[in-house]
Amino acid sequence: MTAILGARRRNAELGLMILAAVLTVGAYVLASLGHTSSLPANVGPFLAIIIGLLVIAHLATRRLAPNADGTLLPLAALLNGLGYVFIARLDHKLAGLQAMWTALGIVAFVGTLFVVRRIRDLERYRYTFALIGIGLLLMPLLPVIGRNINGSRLWVRFGGISFEPGEFAKVTLCIFLASYLVERRELLAIGTRRIGRAVVPDFKYFGPILLAWGLAMLVLVAERDIGSSMLFFALFLSMLWVATGRGAYLVIGGGLFAVGSLAAVKAFAHVHERISVWINPWHVANGNGYQTIQALFALSAGGIFGTGLALGSPQRIPEVATDFIFAAIGEELGLLGTVAIVIAFVLIVGTGLRIAMRADAPFEKLLATGLTTIIGLQAFIIIGGVTRVVPLTGITLPFVSYGGSSLLANYVLLALLLRVSDSDSTRRSTAVAEAVAA
Amino acid sequence: MNRQIRTLGIAGLVLFTVLFLQLNNLQVLSAKKLNDNPLNTRQAVKDFSQPRGAIQTADGVVVADSVDSGDQFQRLRRYPTGPLFAHITGYFSFTYGSEGVERTYNKELTGKTDTLKLNSIGDLLLEKKHTANVTLTLTQKLQQVATQALGPRKGAVVALDPRNGAVLAMADYPSFDPNPLAAHDQNAVRAAWTQLAADANKPLLPRAYRDRYFPGSTFKIVTASTGLNDGGVTTSQPSYPSLTQLPLPQSGGQVLKNFGGERCGGPLPEILAVSCNTAFAQMGLDLGAEKLSAGASAFGFNDIPPLDLPVVAKSLFPPASAFRFNQPALAKSAIGQQDVQASPLQMALAGAAIANKGVVMTPHVMGQVRDDEGQVIETFKPDQWKKPITPDVAKTMTDMMVGVVQHGTATRVALPNVQVAAKTGTAQTGNNTSHTWMVAFAPSDNPTIVVAVIVENQPNVSEATGGVVAAPIAQAVLQSALGTP
Repeated sequence: MTAILGARRRNAELGLMILAAVLTVGAYVLASLGHTSSLPANVGPFLAIIIGLLVIAHLATRRLAPNADGTLLPLAALLNGLGYVFIARLDHKLAGLQAMWTALGIVAFVGTLFVVRRIRDLERYRYTFALIGIGLLLMPLLPVIGRNINGSRLWVRFGGISFEPGEFAKVTLCIFLASYLVERRELLAIGTRRIGRAVVPDFKYFGPILLAWGLAMLVLVAERDIGSSMLFFALFLSMLWVATGRGAYLVIGGGLFAVGSLAAVKAFAHVHERISVWINPWHVANGNGYQTIQALFALSAGGIFGTGLALGSPQRIPEVATDFIFAAIGEELGLLGTVAIVIAFVLIVGTGLRIAMRADAPFEKLLATGLTTIIGLQAFIIIGGVTRVVPLTGITLPFVSYGGSSLLANYVLLALLLRVSDSDSTRRSTAVAEAVAA
Repeated sequence: MNRQIRTLGIAGLVLFTVLFLQLNNLQVLSAKKLNDNPLNTRQAVKDFSQPRGAIQTADGVVVADSVDSGDQFQRLRRYPTGPLFAHITGYFSFTYGSEGVERTYNKELTGKTDTLKLNSIGDLLLEKKHTANVTLTLTQKLQQVATQALGPRKGAVVALDPRNGAVLAMADYPSFDPNPLAAHDQNAVRAAWTQLAADANKPLLPRAYRDRYFPGSTFKIVTASTGLNDGGVTTSQPSYPSLTQLPLPQSGGQVLKNFGGERCGGPLPEILAVSCNTAFAQMGLDLGAEKLSAGASAFGFNDIPPLDLPVVAKSLFPPASAFRFNQPALAKSAIGQQDVQASPLQMALAGAAIANKGVVMTPHVMGQVRDDEGQVIETFKPDQWKKPITPDVAKTMTDMMVGVVQHGTATRVALPNVQVAAKTGTAQTGNNTSHTWMVAFAPSDNPTIVVAVIVENQPNVSEATGGVVAAPIAQAVLQSALGTP
């Protein structure tokens, strides 16, 4: 039984991977035709490398997680491939680096599947993960190695390599939270106090919330990173709520967040500026609102069908290859392209949550939920920021944006999700097989 | 936990649905509004930054080309000859649009014509940028000669080939440097523009084809030709009375005087040679408003010359009805005063009619359009614009205009080995100065070049002024074009 389910999933995965590869190479060729009206000289090697990377990832799941879900990896590959095409079209130098990061991302993916054979093993290192997570999160604040880039202190530089430790922190903190909350959830869920008609947990259990809130505020204030701060706190709250089912946590956490945000808007010019640009970018069209407005113009220029690959002018948007890559896709691939990206994320989130619901062990459930929330929330925050649904915060669009740390962290995250999926399917199939045998 | 996870999933779906709706809003519903937003320069920048061919003179000098700029506009337009060809090439400015050939041949320069498009379908898979280069009919050599001869005096010089209408030189003063207007720093562009636009000498105005002046005595070419064409005037009849001033009908005693109170008269060749005002005024009155107005229109007045440059001025001669109760105006209009206004281009075209056996060819500055490999893809096809007079009248006029050079007011335009035909002009402006004119062509037996010169507001009002101020300019241009020593 196991073998049959696994084989079916792996074959579906292979088929979808081929589709992702075809789409990526096709887009790459079209972008080159649009740019110079000629076929790219390196299309042969490019094709070989793409297929090589995808084959390696696919063989790894075949061998290391044979029963895992078969759609997540192709979806990630498609987003990654499409993102690469746009980065290559926008900035040749970044394209080379992104190709290297993609290769390293696949290595990290395979490595994670190889090292983490049983997801519950991670539980044992929960405090190690917590320490690593907090350490990574605060690392950019250290002197010498910490770096300010574009006004945010998110970067760390060792030797010649800089990376964003926050990207990895979100994964390790998610692992910690999953195991911590699973252990304490009974306790956290008990209502012992009454405020009016509502039964709320004892105040002492709000300690973790305050801690997480403090951490989020520290990131916001010291690192000036609104996006990560929002992401962490929302991740924490949703995991807490999923673990306990207590709406009070959401209300109190939301309240804390609102208070913190309002204070930040009042106290910090950069936060205030983001909010005012969000509310009305037009009166600062050539100043702080420039980027937002150019992104809106890019999206509207794209219309339904887009200008065609390499036929738009997305380079007018500052930071287009990282935070604003979605606007470039919107300009050149139109509504069809942007909706395709949104649907890809909906599928990833749907699949991730299905994995969570099917998982047997609470830790696996909560971990899968958390990891999925990270990807979904991050996609929402940045797409919403670019389209002015929410205030703009500089975070990457998972798998699509340029950025080594982001890509590496997201491939690790993907591997963990597949590991949960694999162990669950294996367990179910075995149970069915045993039942049949019995 | 599954209940919460399911709720979380629904929450996620709601959030992504919001994104979906907002994308539909931005990319479909509000797209037009955003695209038309005045802050949105996307399309303009795109148009502005597309590859653009060069403009060069007939003698191979590049007068406009593009170089990589590396900024958002990608390429910078340059005008290597500065003010020399500014009124021909015009400029290509992001803020102020385009002028001159940059405007009229925009399609060719950007490769948007049908021929070029057809080529590019075949070349779809080849690395090619389809722009075309425009070769002018003007030469840098003659443009330089005309500009230098005119010098720093307000005015214009138009030289064209009467046989096909090709403009050989078209210079005016003052001109401007188009480079600052094509720059990419729009604040600098605005500053440069503001300064040029505020200049009282109007350097942005292409006087040669967009300004109008009293043509003065050069208009006698039109009056005389109309008389000859009508048959009411011949080289011997009538012989106009010798007068110093002509009493004007319907004027209550007003008279029209000759310059400096000179006495003149006689048959047509004589009165043309000395540019006798009283005689031509009488000729105008004799012909009548209908014929004179029709004659002027036949030469191209009241019509826009189909020159391939933007906003070409229409020269003006009043309709016959305007003179019914105003015979003095008819008399004055017959000598190019009062209500007659002509562009320098129009006067060159009037000369061209005489030089080209009575036919005015369509004037043009474009010679060929070549693709980026130098292949000619379009050549200007010469075309007839007006046919005001018969070849016989043209021949008679030519002979008489040779007389003007040999023993009349235009002796200073004569060349040693080539027979020149010409007519001078002095148009009173009313402020004690005159616009001095010269229309000349050569060689008289088979003209290859006609030139019209105007120098504005010269002191010393006398009929000889045109012969003194404008003649050397016309002479220099003829001399250079004909290659005579």
